[in-house]
Amino acid sequence: MFKKILIANRGEIAVRVIRACREMGIQSVAVYSDVDRAALHVRKADEAYHLGPAAAAESYLNIEKILAAAKRSGADAIHPGYGFLSENARFAHACAEAGIQFVGPTAASMEMMGSKTRARQHMEKAGVPFVPGTSRGVESADEAARVAKKIGYPVMLKAAAGGGGKGMRLVHAEEQLRSALESAQSEAQRSFGDDEVYIEKAIVNPRHIEMQVLADEHGNTVYLGERECSIQRRHQKVLEESPSPIVDPDMRRRMGEVAVRVAQAAGYTNAGTIEFLVDAEKNFYFLEMNTRLQVEHPVTELTTGLDLVHLQIRITAGEKLPFKQEDVVLRGHAIECRIYAEDPDNNYFPSPGKITLLLLPSGPGIRRDSGMYEGWTVPIDYDPLLAKLIGYGTDREQATARLVRALNEYFVGGIKTNISLFRRILNDKEFHAGKLDTGYLDRLLARPSADVPRDEKAAEVAAIAAGVFAVLDPATETRSDTNGVNGTGVEQGSHWKRIGREEALQ
Amino acid sequence: MTYDVNIDGKNYRLELDRADGRWDCRLDGRDVEIDAILARRDVLSILIAGKAYEIKRERTALDMHLWVGSVRYAAQLRDPRSLRSRASADDGKGPRKLLAPMPGKIVRVFVKEDAEVEAGQGVVVVEAMKMQNEIKSPKKGVVRKMIAAEGANVNAGDVLAVVE
Repeated sequence: MFKKILIANRGEIAVRVIRACREMGIQSVAVYSDVDRAALHVRKADEAYHLGPAAAAESYLNIEKILAAAKRSGADAIHPGYGFLSENARFAHACAEAGIQFVGPTAASMEMMGSKTRARQHMEKAGVPFVPGTSRGVESADEAARVAKKIGYPVMLKAAAGGGGKGMRLVHAEEQLRSALESAQSEAQRSFGDDEVYIEKAIVNPRHIEMQVLADEHGNTVYLGERECSIQRRHQKVLEESPSPIVDPDMRRRMGEVAVRVAQAAGYTNAGTIEFLVDAEKNFYFLEMNTRLQVEHPVTELTTGLDLVHLQIRITAGEKLPFKQEDVVLRGHAIECRIYAEDPDNNYFPSPGKITLLLLPSGPGIRRDSGMYEGWTVPIDYDPLLAKLIGYGTDREQATARLVRALNEYFVGGIKTNISLFRRILNDKEFHAGKLDTGYLDRLLARPSADVPRDEKAAEVAAIAAGVFAVLDPATETRSDTNGVNGTGVEQGSHWKRIGREEALQ
Repeated sequence: MTYDVNIDGKNYRLELDRADGRWDCRLDGRDVEIDAILARRDVLSILIAGKAYEIKRERTALDMHLWVGSVRYAAQLRDPRSLRSRASADDGKGPRKLLAPMPGKIVRVFVKEDAEVEAGQGVVVVEAMKMQNEIKSPKKGVVRKMIAAEGANVNAGDVLAVVE
């Protein structure tokens, strides 16, 4: 087993991996950028090394600096987390060359899955179901028109190197095709340096369901059940659950077997996820494979009783999977909320800043994977994911009720978070009925929010509280605050100076 | 102690006294039975006629909010004896400040000082976490002060520009 693992990441996932290392008796090494010296992962690790400036290219994406930190610390393996370098085949190569184990698949299987068209060519050979369309980029607008006519409108144009919705266009009719193709190609070129675009039949409002797999280096591959990830905003997942409300044991077995075939065709090892689109008739189609640990892995951990990070590390160390497919038994229901630093009242715009007050939920069936603490300033430079709150129960109803209860205990002061969004989702009738698809959240947000009972009684309570605070906690009345980011604000300084200025302007 | 309290735009007159650990509370002239302790900084446990509430307080340099359960209220508190109690009329006349809605970096400044702007015209772009937010002029007028500079970091509530 490894003696020391470097975690090439930050935030909650770095803390998650550090915890696994500690549980396994492995020393952990954190890395950090200029703005992350005070980040939780640096506080939790056994060792920590500075990488460079805040910009990811000069810190968390900088292969040379990360390998230098690994050598200096004597780490014998690197866990990449998710995002950053986790799906970068060049990084996996560089680790191998430096004699450091990469906790993840081989560079070769990453490369195969990295290009959507190449993955599709391989997977078609393995008999994996695909959304009808081309398995390679279209050469011309005429070819695109021919293909679109054959598979039938609406069609989706997608960048081969794409992700996150970039280079994607929905086309309803032939007259829109040519201009959509041109703009998709130029966006793909700008975003990914590659203008290859292919065509698929558009599945309108599909579900997005994914299957977790684990493969060791001895030829054993298992699936660990699905995750329903249909609740998305701007192609970003917001809430995930396992099991899916629509997947029955037979569908799970069929999806799982396809997922295992995909992994085997790619010579895949370690933890991976096969994403499927599911249409209204419950037909499922291969979408892509994510060659890393997913943000939403905790829901699978809770329903299987397995620790995916422990298993990732054991697999990388050459161990065999300690169980077989038939030993995997799903139990209960788990739902994850991604707590983001963003403002629900300002179109979910990011809201970094100092966390002035943090009250934490606990109690039965609650798991919290977090990278924040009270007094910490959320930097402006990275993804706004702060923490994940996961509710577990014997069934979906209980998991939902526990999560709602825990969300009411959770309080993050000083910055805005999307906690209120989850109260809205979890109290929604369609959510309770399990009627989900990738258009669900946009429809919910288009409706006026009904979940804020602003009754007169509560306002009176607030009025009394305002006075009681002034009596019991007056010291903070003139506290010169709060939102210090980098300490270079345009107009900081004392409260009095500010009031003086304000009055001067009136 | 008497306070003028404003909650989400509605005014209350609050009379509050404490003797021997017991509270004497009148809201708009009505007696209210309360008991209160400070659980920790910015967190209050209040019992109002036996009903239990946990109140959280958020303060920035600009304002105060109180959370009753999961509902957030804008709160202002004034001691009527204080001199600093004149209301700031906001009738659309006079100078208006453009504030940074969150911490971030100024990536664009569209107009210079003394430039004329229309209501809703973009003045400054603030970027945070890879998202750009255009700060628009709240009124038609002249940019009397342009404090924001491209490349500068700003905090929530910082004044970016003044339009008159």
